[in-house]
Amino acid sequence: MSNSPTEAIGTPEASPRPSAPTTLTSTIRIRLREPARMRNLELGLLLVALGLGAAAVALVQLGAVGELDGSIFVLSAVPAFLVLLLHVIERVVAKEADPIVVPIATFLNGLGIAMIHRLDIAEGYTGWDAFAVRQIVWTVIAIVLAIAGLLIVRNHRVLQRYRYIAMFVGIVLLLLPVLPGIGETDANADVWIRVGIFSFQPGELAKIALAIFFAGYLVTARDSLSLVGRTILGMRFPRARDLGPILVVWVLSMGVIVLQRDLGTALLYFGLFLVMLYVATGRASWILIGLSLFAAGAWLASSLLPYVADRFHNWLDAFNPEVYNRLGGSYQLVQGIFGLADGGLVGTGLGRGRPDIVPLAESDYIIASLGEELGLIGLFAILALYLVFVARGFRIGVAGQDDFGRLLAVGLSFVVGLQVFIVIGGVTRLIPLTGLTTPFLAAGGSSLVANWIIVGLLLRLSDSVRRQRHVVVEGSPA
Amino acid sequence: MNKELRRVSVLVLAMFLALFSSTTVIQVVQQQSLQADSRNVRTLYASFSAERGPIIAGDTTIAMSEASGDEYKYLRVYPEGELYAPVTGYFTLNGENTGIEGSLNDYLSGRANEQFLDQLNAILTGQHPKGAAVEVTVDPVVQQAAWDALGDLKGAIVAIEPSSGRILAMVSKPSYDPNLLAGHSQSEVLANYDALLSDADAPLINRSIRGDLNPPGSTFKLVMTSAALMTGEYTPDSTVPNPSSLQLPGTETTISNQSRGTCGSGSEVTIATALRLSCNIPFAELGAELGYDVIHDQARAFGFEDPELGVPMKVQPSVFPEPESEAQLMLQSFGQGDNRAQPLQMAMVSAAIANDGELMRPNLVERITAPDLSVLQDFEPTVYSQPITSDVAETMTQLMVSNVAAGAASGARIEGVDVAGKTGTAENGDDDPFTLWFTGFAPATDPQVAVAVVLEDGAGRGQSGSGNGIAAPIAKKVMEAVLNR
Repeated sequence: MSNSPTEAIGTPEASPRPSAPTTLTSTIRIRLREPARMRNLELGLLLVALGLGAAAVALVQLGAVGELDGSIFVLSAVPAFLVLLLHVIERVVAKEADPIVVPIATFLNGLGIAMIHRLDIAEGYTGWDAFAVRQIVWTVIAIVLAIAGLLIVRNHRVLQRYRYIAMFVGIVLLLLPVLPGIGETDANADVWIRVGIFSFQPGELAKIALAIFFAGYLVTARDSLSLVGRTILGMRFPRARDLGPILVVWVLSMGVIVLQRDLGTALLYFGLFLVMLYVATGRASWILIGLSLFAAGAWLASSLLPYVADRFHNWLDAFNPEVYNRLGGSYQLVQGIFGLADGGLVGTGLGRGRPDIVPLAESDYIIASLGEELGLIGLFAILALYLVFVARGFRIGVAGQDDFGRLLAVGLSFVVGLQVFIVIGGVTRLIPLTGLTTPFLAAGGSSLVANWIIVGLLLRLSDSVRRQRHVVVEGSPA
Repeated sequence: MNKELRRVSVLVLAMFLALFSSTTVIQVVQQQSLQADSRNVRTLYASFSAERGPIIAGDTTIAMSEASGDEYKYLRVYPEGELYAPVTGYFTLNGENTGIEGSLNDYLSGRANEQFLDQLNAILTGQHPKGAAVEVTVDPVVQQAAWDALGDLKGAIVAIEPSSGRILAMVSKPSYDPNLLAGHSQSEVLANYDALLSDADAPLINRSIRGDLNPPGSTFKLVMTSAALMTGEYTPDSTVPNPSSLQLPGTETTISNQSRGTCGSGSEVTIATALRLSCNIPFAELGAELGYDVIHDQARAFGFEDPELGVPMKVQPSVFPEPESEAQLMLQSFGQGDNRAQPLQMAMVSAAIANDGELMRPNLVERITAPDLSVLQDFEPTVYSQPITSDVAETMTQLMVSNVAAGAASGARIEGVDVAGKTGTAENGDDDPFTLWFTGFAPATDPQVAVAVVLEDGAGRGQSGSGNGIAAPIAKKVMEAVLNR
């Protein structure tokens, strides 16, 4: 990964198609070399993922009820079919796409459905009241959107053109929940909108729009952001007028904290921006400035906003009976930790624990539910899968040809990793608890839709990277 | 850009390593302390949903789990109800379990460390884990005899096998039905619990090992005599002055013997006679001569003031507190003042004397057996202490035998068997009913049972009952039940 040939080839815009330096024979050799190995690997992994998901649902039913109930399997056949359809479509429009991300997303999504189904059984929800049924419907919608994305975005560089539209869309999505009429307040944060019977967390989609905007903006602005400025203590600091963008994002994040009372979302966007900024400019000073800004903002928020201060209290002093018993106190956090402890090393087994004791066990706390029933071993496996998922995205960033695509891939995969960190870190008391969803696992349509769209974009990005790379490898004189 | 990417990769890796660590800390490192937190209802639910092992006394099942068909899967049932309540305790929702149910909860629910492999096996084979069975040392015949002998009186009985420390009977009255507290309807259980709790007779308290405790009265003279003989400066024939009343130093209080006269005839009285006739004044004088430390050390060697003593449920320590004055010491010396004891303690005193001065650790648990019948824990008699030498034990036995044969404990005589015993009739206040005691063992030559009986509230007779009149015959029935096995 260290000696990517990118710099040797010149500007990525110059070679959008594998035509310039290739000879006829090398082109043929490429086609012959890897006809469908990627796709066959993906198909194999996909079948394993689907099988594991079905097994998880069966275990849940056997563990919690003692007998199998076919209806959930019949329903799940629809998303299973769709994910296979996605695979077939990849064979046509993205032959060289990464073979790992779809199986990982499929497995996590299936495991999430199994655990949500398990909680439905515990709570006695059936039919349309069951979270699992709604989750399956959302999965269908999410995979259809991923397919649509893959089909519509045939060349990811198109997205760069729409960066300012993406910014606008992102900000609007972020602000939607505070609009009167469709905004909805739940116990934790104002991050929901409700249209008809559907409630939706638009912030989840905003992270994609913002990643596109950041990537597009930073690719054009990187030179002025990285090269100009004065050096203090061996570190180059930017000019005051170049501070504009970071201040805007900072204000946006703080706005999220104040208006929507959502620390996690703010941390997510700001972290995303900082990392993309750093990768684009290579200036550590940006990180320093950004972290100081965020720390100052968080400190200010915790001293001015009682709800933020409560979060910190719950985190630092969770087991104090006073904090535990207080309204909005650490009850949920502590009960989640009890659930995890009860799971121990090997877990209680699917369907055999009591994850339903924790409030919001199927959404914010799905990871505690999984940890209780699958144990530390299961959690490690899940974390490892997320890590691989992020790594696949970073691979695109390393091997990519155009900086926009690289930045976008890094941003999209990093945002998944950061979200995992914020959620699981919150549940396990590593950091203060915030109300974010665990990607692919947690009940919630917006989260599923957003993360499957990320899958679709990563497929597209990885496909272009590989097509270009083979040409480079085969055609370059090195 | 690649250099930055590498650094960000390291950052992501560090974030995930932090998550690996935080989950490990919760699920492995802190697991036990988190599970022990009283706010963790999972531990409770888990112990309810597992098929809890039974508790067995001899061939009688005294606690078992029955499939209940509700969310807790099993209902705890106590077929013998009140009779064994002090032994079993109860297993309840949202509350602390008592008795064997409480102190051996880990084994009964299958969560003890020794059962880890079984748990793992149960998970792998998809079976519900089962708890271990606990066999108790209680002999159903002796338990029933003790229960019947106590009748409707308020009090408690403990019978111990002196050579091993096995507890053969543990009865406390009034008792309660543990089934009332083991139900799955939270409101019913709570109502039952409140009713039992507000009962003036405190049926939930196991009087054989805890409660408000009673002054041991004259039974404490066994400890006093042992202490005196153990100094080597006294023999049973050593004498003390024998007045008919004695004014305690520094007070207006005078004390007298039970007989209201002197202790036998003569101006001096031997310790042997004083013990046989259970006189107070000679022991008050003896206490002043021995001093607090000697008596206190002797009492502790018998098990007084041991906060760790458990059978395995915790025993409330009997106390011989440091007196404020010599007058108080003299009162405590014949089992009054702030001197307090429970029946198990007094049975231990008799058991030590019966077992050549070697006190075996009292214990209720005979065996713990896993569902596959492998033995997880087998009862091994262990020595608790050696409070007196075997010579002193022999002397004490002779004194106690003559106490029954020709002294103040005649109510415990058994035809054809030498019984050793000591009665007690303790005062609680000027107008309060007495506490009646008996402790002893039989047969004196080959002791098979040591017993202690305590009767609270004067056994319903105010200040007119005596240990010899009411407690001794009850103890006699318990000892007979053992001897007739």
